[in-house]
Amino acid sequence: MPRLLLRDRVVVNDDWQYGEEAAASVASADASAPASLTALIIPFEQWLNERDRWITHSGPLGVVLAPAHRVEQLAPDLAHFALIGAHFTGPSEGRGYTQARQLREQWRFNGELRATGHVRQDQVFFMARCGFNSFELPEQELKAALAALDIFSAAYQTANDTGLKARLGPAR
Amino acid sequence: MYQYNAIDQRLVDERVAQFRDQTRRFLDGRLSEEEFRHLRLRNGLYIQTHAPMLRVAIPYGLLSARQLRALAHIARVYDRGYGHFTTRQNIQYNWPKLEEVPDILAELAAVEMHAIQTSGNCIRNTTSDHLAGVTPNELEDPRPWCEIIRQWSSFHPEFTYLPRKFKIAVTGAPQDRAATLVHDIGVHIVRGPCGEPGFEILAGGGLGRTPIIGQVVRAFLPREHLLSYLEAILRVYNLEGRRDNLTKARIKILVRSLGIDEFTRRVEREWALICDPQTASAKSGDSKSGDSSLRIDEAMIARMRDFFKAPAYRPLHDSEPAVNQVTAFRAWYRYNTVAHKIAGYRAVYLSLKKPHIAPGDATADQMEAIANLADRYSFGEVRVTHTQNLLLADVEQQDTLELWRALDALGLATPNIGTLTDMICCPGLDFCSLANAGSIDVAHQINERFDDYDYIYDLGELDIKMSGCMNACGHHHVGNIGILGVDKGGQEWYQITIGGSAGADASLGTVIGPSVAKAAVPETIAQLLSVYIEQRQADERFLDTVRRLGVKPFKERVYATPIAA
Repeated sequence: MPRLLLRDRVVVNDDWQYGEEAAASVASADASAPASLTALIIPFEQWLNERDRWITHSGPLGVVLAPAHRVEQLAPDLAHFALIGAHFTGPSEGRGYTQARQLREQWRFNGELRATGHVRQDQVFFMARCGFNSFELPEQELKAALAALDIFSAAYQTANDTGLKARLGPAR
Repeated sequence: MYQYNAIDQRLVDERVAQFRDQTRRFLDGRLSEEEFRHLRLRNGLYIQTHAPMLRVAIPYGLLSARQLRALAHIARVYDRGYGHFTTRQNIQYNWPKLEEVPDILAELAAVEMHAIQTSGNCIRNTTSDHLAGVTPNELEDPRPWCEIIRQWSSFHPEFTYLPRKFKIAVTGAPQDRAATLVHDIGVHIVRGPCGEPGFEILAGGGLGRTPIIGQVVRAFLPREHLLSYLEAILRVYNLEGRRDNLTKARIKILVRSLGIDEFTRRVEREWALICDPQTASAKSGDSKSGDSSLRIDEAMIARMRDFFKAPAYRPLHDSEPAVNQVTAFRAWYRYNTVAHKIAGYRAVYLSLKKPHIAPGDATADQMEAIANLADRYSFGEVRVTHTQNLLLADVEQQDTLELWRALDALGLATPNIGTLTDMICCPGLDFCSLANAGSIDVAHQINERFDDYDYIYDLGELDIKMSGCMNACGHHHVGNIGILGVDKGGQEWYQITIGGSAGADASLGTVIGPSVAKAAVPETIAQLLSVYIEQRQADERFLDTVRRLGVKPFKERVYATPIAA
């Protein structure tokens, strides 16, 4: 079963594979053929440890930041990634919101920014405002999460969303 | 005062609808207890000892008469006919029903109020000086800035899941009536070297288990940068504050562990990136965010100030309404009213510290009566003070006698503001699931022991602050006399500190010695005061005497003879 996720306000089949998933599918098919064109997501830790190995991956590459990772650690390699994930370990984890804004605003990351881990409909509005554009959610919440992206019709702060009119900031 | 526009109104309405849905999902079993906990807390809802507790924000303590009537209505319809005003200018209801909370929030939204972010690990209600705009020596009215911060912090997408709660207080006068030095961020309105307007920014203050006085992060911040600078502090905290240990998660612990210099360096670095995001990536392109969107321009300042314009004061002269009046009125006038910047006016405290009433409590009937008095005597506005009293800020001096009679009839004229019996007190074991010991009943005992006003007035300025546990909601660390309830083998005992202050000269109290039994608390206080009365010099306050002499003579007196419990 392919994973469904919410991306750019559409429920889609995930066209990315996690490292361990890719390894499993390679093993079951033809072990000698590397899944070199697969869009592959690996933990950022793995990139840090085995940079030389992963840099040769010819398909699109994505990394997932753990909450404790700093965006500056990843920034020098930004050009290698078409996807960056920020992982939420539970309902109280909040560092991913800052990671997202830093990636978008300070490092101008334009690729897919994905919220992974504990992601629920009640958080996606804030996540989207911080710059996330894709969300791994429990399947039964996908529809509600799509609606929740518009749960508030305005905002007080400018952030990373388009279309939401912000109250604070220079009069416009 | 600030008036919602269509967008403000829509946002609180949408929030009510969101929480209604979340409550329904929880009651249906679609949201786990743990997931719902985070959501309900961000809407002010705790689960307490007896029932849920709902905390409603009163932004920087300012209420219209209409809003106070709505609070009274909620107390009557959804609660047991009263509410509890807190040190952070909120009101708490102790007996609402979970399933009715969305309805309460809808009632609040109808009068431009909410319970958003009054709990949970997010930016809480911004508090301020209850004499803002009326006190004679104020540099600038802080309330427009508080409202700017209120809006910026409401639904902040990045800072709604912080390591721990986050409290900001703003003042614009030399006296600190908002305890800014024990806030996560304290904002002081100041003037720069050439008289330019701006702020002194402090961070890392807090009470609780580890009390710490805030330190200066930036001595002068030009005012247009307030929000970007707050954002930088919050961002450093969000990333680096500890999340592994609840008791070490406040920003004060981060500031202390890094040291103020290193903390400041990190904040300044992040601030530079917020002001000019391109310096991080060295990429060019349109800056879609950054300080440019957070910069507070003159038009916005003017717009906000407009909401806090002075009311239509009448041209009056100062008079002395208490002269030749009954003693009770003279005492009340002296203690419960303070100077106003406009001739002919006074600011009038409504004491919520009547003996045998829990400090900070007001009944629905009282709230409605106060709303009427506000309409009649004070331009329809009421303020909540950090010390858990209410205030009518703009009363004509010539009306004070009439107002006093009305307040006296309502039980709101106890002439004790700033004195020993004007205690700050948390709800304690009677209501709170965190408490180790009662605090309301100790307040009652103290009131019984000290009922001689000549004695109380002779003691002068003195504050007692009491918390039922080390979470310090009653701010005991910064009480001139602090009382902390502790659990000793299932019994309620009390640790006493002296020498604390929450003012501009903030300090933490020192423990005098082993804790004392509940029944011994009033006598212990009497012993401390006897040392003061014997040793004080001229007009020295209790606090000054403690600072001059140290704890020793007080300690010796208290523990010289075993106190009969």
